Amino acid sequence: MGAPAMTQTTPAHLEYVLRLGDAALIHGQRLSEWCGHAPVLEEDLALANMALDFVGQARMLLSHAGTLEGKGRDEDTLAFLRHEGQYRNPTLCEMPNTDFAHTMIKGFLLGSFNLLMWSRLCGSSDKALAAIAAKSLKEARYHAEHTGDWVIRLGDGSEESHRRAQAALDILWPYTNELFAANPTDDAAAAAGVGPAWSELAEAWEAAVLPVLQQATLTVPARTPFQTYGKFGRHSEHLGHLLAVMQHLPRSFPGATW
Amino acid sequence: MERKEWPLWEIFIRSKNGLDHKHCGSVHATDARMALQVARDVYTRRQEGVSIWAVRAEDIVASDPDAKPELFDPAEDKIYRHPTFYKLPDEVDHM
Repeated sequence: MGAPAMTQTTPAHLEYVLRLGDAALIHGQRLSEWCGHAPVLEEDLALANMALDFVGQARMLLSHAGTLEGKGRDEDTLAFLRHEGQYRNPTLCEMPNTDFAHTMIKGFLLGSFNLLMWSRLCGSSDKALAAIAAKSLKEARYHAEHTGDWVIRLGDGSEESHRRAQAALDILWPYTNELFAANPTDDAAAAAGVGPAWSELAEAWEAAVLPVLQQATLTVPARTPFQTYGKFGRHSEHLGHLLAVMQHLPRSFPGATW
Repeated sequence: MERKEWPLWEIFIRSKNGLDHKHCGSVHATDARMALQVARDVYTRRQEGVSIWAVRAEDIVASDPDAKPELFDPAEDKIYRHPTFYKLPDEVDHM
């Protein structure tokens, strides 16, 4: 993105964009772990395609974040040369793939969120962000549809696929609390018109997600006070391992290109 | 061991408006929605198409390869069936 920095970049604005960028990056990295391991060739390509969509979004968002920050950090520096505590993705994104059901449940929960998010961000006061949103929205529609169809197939499928889908939902559902937890960064970004406070999306997200889970004959866990703080850089034990793999090459061979 | 394969679907892609759908391969999928989705992922990753058809392979009726002599050979010597004696205007594409 060659767009010049906004005249006034607030810390909240930068933080808001970093959250979006890191969410895409870490989710994309996780999906890419499936490459060559998916249950069937068709799904292997679908997962790799989705991973590339997210990595592409991450490139645009992190590149934009680097511009907003104005300290000369480019997308690669932000993606590969930060430490664990500097990543701003919600914890849900870094949760392990575990099995195909986990991956599809997680992809659906996040995908439905992304769909709402990008719809709103198309009207961002940050024109570069609005342009990224317009492109990403199309991809998000497909992600939500593909993963949503799988959630129904698995949940309303065989005894084993139902059991695995339910287990995945039970584990991952509490992590969605973090998506909608109010915080000052969101308030400031929303006030500036950068984008919605994520908490504003909670109602629409449930309206999109619950009918699909119901059709999948899955039992939605009761809400608990469980809270994670990946958006603030306090991550689960899983992110460090993911970063070790993801950062290995650029840290071993600084400036490597191919 | 019993193998539970997903149904096979034949995939046809139209590369651009105005052209016809061409067979490009097949995918395994549990249902029609999934067939279209995975066909999109397998066959249009490099902008190869603007439209996808998926057809259950078992719904395609095929001619018998052994019946080639009686089906196709009789056309061999009927050259007058080729419309090569007409001049087409240049604007007529894809004939």
